[in-house]
Amino acid sequence: MAITVKYFAVLRERFGKSEDSLNFEDGITVADLWEKTMNGEDMPKDLMVAVNMEYTKSNTLLKDGDEVAFFPTVTGG
Amino acid sequence: MKVEVIDGAFDPYEQISRYQGQITIKGKFGAVACFIGTMRDFNENERVHSMTLEYYPGMTEKHLSNICDEAAKKWPVIDCLLIHRVGQINIGDSIVLVAVWCAHRGDAMDACRFIIEDIKSKAPFWKKEKLDEGDRWVEKNSSGHSNSL
Repeated sequence: MAITVKYFAVLRERFGKSEDSLNFEDGITVADLWEKTMNGEDMPKDLMVAVNMEYTKSNTLLKDGDEVAFFPTVTGG
Repeated sequence: MKVEVIDGAFDPYEQISRYQGQITIKGKFGAVACFIGTMRDFNENERVHSMTLEYYPGMTEKHLSNICDEAAKKWPVIDCLLIHRVGQINIGDSIVLVAVWCAHRGDAMDACRFIIEDIKSKAPFWKKEKLDEGDRWVEKNSSGHSNSL
């Protein structure tokens, strides 16, 4: 299945890219996606995650065509 | 209700005046509560020269609209105007405007506070400050009071 992954702020700078288009087997969660794209690095405690522009949890099951965004604590306003 | 994310300076007082002139609720509201967030020249004991605000196009606007909808479910909000800057922001620039029109002051102030606090903790924006020595991502917003985090 095709997954679009977006990175923002310090994560975007750290990984040197703002977006990835990746293919995975069915049945992976947000946490699995993080592990696969970050080479096994632990998810930061303050990491925020959105799937299709809605906040979600790390155990959310992904489906074909999903857009997943990883970003740090928000600091607007 | 109007929600806007803009890349460029804006005058919040002119925006409030213009928006209030457009909405046909004269006589219905008795209170307008406003919050205007402004760019300081200091943060966490460091001099700040300017900053850049990044956002998540699509999700940010959606989230801001949802906040206003949620406020309108909790309080009898007649109308709401929310404008948030992105891009480069200079000292003294307005960053965010929240204006809420209600029949009574308590509802207007409570709804306005609810919206800005939600923006501070949940809306996908990220600040990067330009300091004397390099740039710094803001890691978290303050609690909103002096001498506290």
